[in-house]
Amino acid sequence: MRIRIFPVLALVLGTTALLTVGCASRPAPQELDAQTAAMMKASFREQGIAKLDRLQQDLGQKACSSDQPPAAAVAGRIEREALASVRWPAGGRYLGDWKAGEKLAQNGRGMTWTDKSADASANGAQCYNCHQISKEEISFGTIGPSLYNYGKLRGVKDPYAPASAEVVQYTWAKLWNAKAYSACSNMPRFGHKGLLAEDQIRDVMALLLDPRSPVNH
Amino acid sequence: MRRPRWRVLALACLMPFAVQAQKSTADGIAEYRKMLEDGNPAELFEMKGEDLWKQPRGPKKASLERCDLGLGPGVVKGAWVQLPRYFADTGRVQDVESRLLTCMSTLQGFDAAEIAKTAFGRGEMANVTALATWIAAQSRGQRFDLPQRHAQEKRFYELGKRAFFFRGGPMDFSCATCHGEEGKRIRLQDLPDLRTNPGDGIGFAAWPAYRVSSGQMWGMQQRLNDCYRQQRFLYPGFASDVTIALGVYMGVNARGAESIAPAIKR
Repeated sequence: MRIRIFPVLALVLGTTALLTVGCASRPAPQELDAQTAAMMKASFREQGIAKLDRLQQDLGQKACSSDQPPAAAVAGRIEREALASVRWPAGGRYLGDWKAGEKLAQNGRGMTWTDKSADASANGAQCYNCHQISKEEISFGTIGPSLYNYGKLRGVKDPYAPASAEVVQYTWAKLWNAKAYSACSNMPRFGHKGLLAEDQIRDVMALLLDPRSPVNH
Repeated sequence: MRRPRWRVLALACLMPFAVQAQKSTADGIAEYRKMLEDGNPAELFEMKGEDLWKQPRGPKKASLERCDLGLGPGVVKGAWVQLPRYFADTGRVQDVESRLLTCMSTLQGFDAAEIAKTAFGRGEMANVTALATWIAAQSRGQRFDLPQRHAQEKRFYELGKRAFFFRGGPMDFSCATCHGEEGKRIRLQDLPDLRTNPGDGIGFAAWPAYRVSSGQMWGMQQRLNDCYRQQRFLYPGFASDVTIALGVYMGVNARGAESIAPAIKR
């Protein structure tokens, strides 16, 4: 037996050694990850309001930084933590002014190194960059789904009726931290990252859910 | 150098957008590209770049005619569609703009670090852009075929791929947020899917390009710089490794795409 096993073992060991040598010419994936981190650190500098903390990835950013989705357990943790991060509106006031919301939706500015202030008041909500919203605005992007008739399609006749509560709360949480429902969502976390203040989110909420908003006509 | 006439012409050509916005942006761009075929302002930068290449300049009063862009000293035709690539003399993977810095430093005696710090469109930086424009034009109609033989070229592809998917900053964006799916738009602007060959003259195969909206000539370095600005990320150093790595990733993915550079953009 021993005599028969020996050549097999030698073959296995030999092949392993060969493979190891073959791989040595190309860095392992973990090594490339480390080199990427070093490269990112060395290649960028601060400019204006864009500070070095932008290089620091949180769990969600890091887990969603490849062409492969994260493992289900990791995605679940990102989503749970995102949902827990949501700050619900003071006084249960979910909706503001849809007209102000439309202005915010049109505005794609904010947070670049050429912007003067990182304050939420300097930022737009950028909705039309990626979504269809009202029927009148034909210059809309397609990275996100169409939001035309958002409230109407979800049966929201009175946003403050108990029957609307689920949709209204979902929408608030989605705007506050989009990762609550999709770990690697492309959508910015407007509330969580301080991109929009509570009142601005109320206005965007109204644009989507107020039955008088052009979105729902 | 002001060319108000170009802007008027460009504006006139943009008018159909306003009226027929539903027509695809790509169709519109193809249309006005056609209208401007005999008059892309990039040609002025091409001419300037050719002069700069042949003129004795810099502290050493030498021309760039012995500059090796990868196909041997002085060979310009076909060099652009094989960049970025590895250069043994510097031991680095370089794109056209970082390679020009090397040649301007070694042949002409310019201070490469000083040029790299200069704002786009100013001083010697504007000259680098014009040179890149002329060099790209010498490969117009050729197909991208970046070498991937050297270990450093393969390594830079892998680093570029990782940089492409790196999410960060206040809006969690990566390059892939906008350029990682087929058939997407921001507003009416079509977005090339840069994970693969997006087609002839699209994406990597269109730069350097004259930007009608800003009235400026942009090389790939400035294009990437503005991508990172709009990504709400940090400021990438000129010719920094991340810009070169992304160039390798996009260029290798674009293998077989026909270069139309220098192109004209909205």
